[in-house]
Amino acid sequence: MTGRGSKLTVAVVYPDLLGTYGDGGNGLIVARRAAWRGIDVDLVPALSDRPLPTADIYTIGGGEDGPQVRAATTLLDEGTLAERVGEGAVVLGVCAGFQLIGRSFPDARDRPQEGVGLLDVTTVKGSGPRAVGELLATPTPDAPRTAGGERLPRLTGFENHGGVTRIGTGAHPLARVERGVGNGGGDGTEGAWSDRVVGTYLHGPVLARNSALADILLGWALAPAGAPPGTAVDLEPLADHEELALRSERLEAVDGATRTGWRGRLAPFRGRG
Amino acid sequence: MSIRSVGPAPAPPRSLRSSVAVLAVTTVNRLSRSLGRGSGTVAGGRAGLLVDPGLLAALARGRRVALVTGTNGKTTTTRLLAAALSGAGAASSPVSNDTGANMPAGHVAALAGAPGAGVAVLEVDEGYLGRVITETAPEVVVLLNLSRDQLDRIAEVRMLVDRWRTALDGLTRPTPTGRGTVVVANADDPMVVYAAATAPEVRWVGAGQVWHDDAVGCPACGGRIEFAPDGPWACDRCDFARPDVVADVEGTALVLRDGTRYPIRIALPGQFNRANAAMAAVAADPILVATGQADPGDGVSTALDRLDGVTEVAGRFSVISRRGRPVRLLLAKNPAGWTAVFDLLDETADPDATIVLSVNARTADGFDTSWLWDVPFERLAGRSVVATGERRLDLAVRLRYAEVDHAVVDGPTAALDHAVARASGGTTTEFLGNYTAFADLRRAL
Repeated sequence: MTGRGSKLTVAVVYPDLLGTYGDGGNGLIVARRAAWRGIDVDLVPALSDRPLPTADIYTIGGGEDGPQVRAATTLLDEGTLAERVGEGAVVLGVCAGFQLIGRSFPDARDRPQEGVGLLDVTTVKGSGPRAVGELLATPTPDAPRTAGGERLPRLTGFENHGGVTRIGTGAHPLARVERGVGNGGGDGTEGAWSDRVVGTYLHGPVLARNSALADILLGWALAPAGAPPGTAVDLEPLADHEELALRSERLEAVDGATRTGWRGRLAPFRGRG
Repeated sequence: MSIRSVGPAPAPPRSLRSSVAVLAVTTVNRLSRSLGRGSGTVAGGRAGLLVDPGLLAALARGRRVALVTGTNGKTTTTRLLAAALSGAGAASSPVSNDTGANMPAGHVAALAGAPGAGVAVLEVDEGYLGRVITETAPEVVVLLNLSRDQLDRIAEVRMLVDRWRTALDGLTRPTPTGRGTVVVANADDPMVVYAAATAPEVRWVGAGQVWHDDAVGCPACGGRIEFAPDGPWACDRCDFARPDVVADVEGTALVLRDGTRYPIRIALPGQFNRANAAMAAVAADPILVATGQADPGDGVSTALDRLDGVTEVAGRFSVISRRGRPVRLLLAKNPAGWTAVFDLLDETADPDATIVLSVNARTADGFDTSWLWDVPFERLAGRSVVATGERRLDLAVRLRYAEVDHAVVDGPTAALDHAVARASGGTTTEFLGNYTAFADLRRAL
């Protein structure tokens, strides 16, 4: 509600272009978690043929190569997103959405395309097979924390991408990869963040399996206008037993599968996307 | 006087290698069945292809082949097309891979098991279309629709479109009749239209497509495709647009270009099955005419008259009894499919029916369950819902955020029992499963 009255607005950016991987769920999850706490909230699907609405939280999802370029070009041309980030808006970019909020990313023919430049990361095409599978990562010590100062628990999700993302000096890694590929640049990192902008390769969607991250984004968006980045409002807990059950089932599936040679068994399926 | 070839074309002599390969297929299948390991179609087909990698081409030679592919409706349309080609005038029933084994091993197994069938109707996995076209020289290729499905295995929609386009662009080989391949394609899906546009002969059908979310970006130029509410669509930047159709589905009728209206009378429920029937009828026409089962101009109506005997497709749409209560079995694999099944529930389900949802995430389903968030589960609000399957917890979280009350029950049969125990009188419980979840339930029953 950064300086714009009492209503919180969550915008799902271009679901018509970047809706391929189910990441639209992230917008729904943040909005519902606000509404369940009695916060007046609007959830807006922001279609690519209309001006981007003014919002407090923008979620950007994964998509195919062509639509990804179109989304980046449109966001650059119309300028609202960068302007809103300057005013303190929160952004969550996933997969193609993570790549396009960075400095540059490759198109289908491997030509570099200009990103929106909200996060100091650069993506190039990987030389190996696509990264496809469960991804498990431990948040870095300086990763975003809850309003109470607690560290994020391990992040779980599903990755499906062919990009290699390198983090520049202006951004921080979000987590260190335990299982899977993540950013893929050899430094073992997954995702990146700076100020109120977070990028990740985790689908699932990421906020369905990691509700603590959803509440951090929500807490940032509810911080008073002008508060320094990282300031989060403390939120009352929700009855998250279904999310917690899903989390532990997924963590156990990945840990258990690793013990029985999960990576070897999955190898034939990797890289066919 | 004109002479039509009515019976199957005589099978040309096969190489020794192919004959040995056929023996391998039938032997492995018999062995596999006797060991109780299912119908064994894929195992036998694989064995045959190991002996002779050219076996599919050898087995297809001399037959009239129709291929059916697309993201949703393949199995049903294959079944309907086989029915349309099995009428009184047919010399023999077509052979078909009706178990859903839709990759070359499945095709080989089906063809090896029916050496006398002159017509083959084959369901083809989207990713194998090019190879199967090259090997079978089909008379007809049916393209239903393309949308996101199993993104970890099949690849994104636009990658598939490019592969289809390459395969269909190369349709120059002579078919058994020598007239060339007829492509029957859904004019309402821009992805299908782009893929088929370069094929030599296309019969476009306005079959409808409720799911547009994978087709907003123009595949030709990257522009934006605008969909008018009543069907037409066009790119806002280039001249890519809905082509002129030979037939349009209008509610429960199929309307030909000359204005003739035929009712689509089928026993299968739902608008998407009327669309499947329309595609099957238009696809049947060239083969019905070529085999003398219909006069030119009558193929579509002849086909439509033969479809109402199909009441279920590999268990889908069937109504079973569980503890004395009726349960309808429905399959939906991806967001477009689930959306179409929700339409079907709106049209035909009892308002008090309990809906049992079962989701797995194995190889055949796709390992990533994120697609659940593209399915409009919000439409089930107010209904009684039970979540089950190996990924019932993913489903439960999705339903929570959709604000749909639900119970979570471990195991599909236990979930059904939970549902039917609460069903009143003659209310039919509805079971919706994705691919392996559906198969699991059928096996368990």
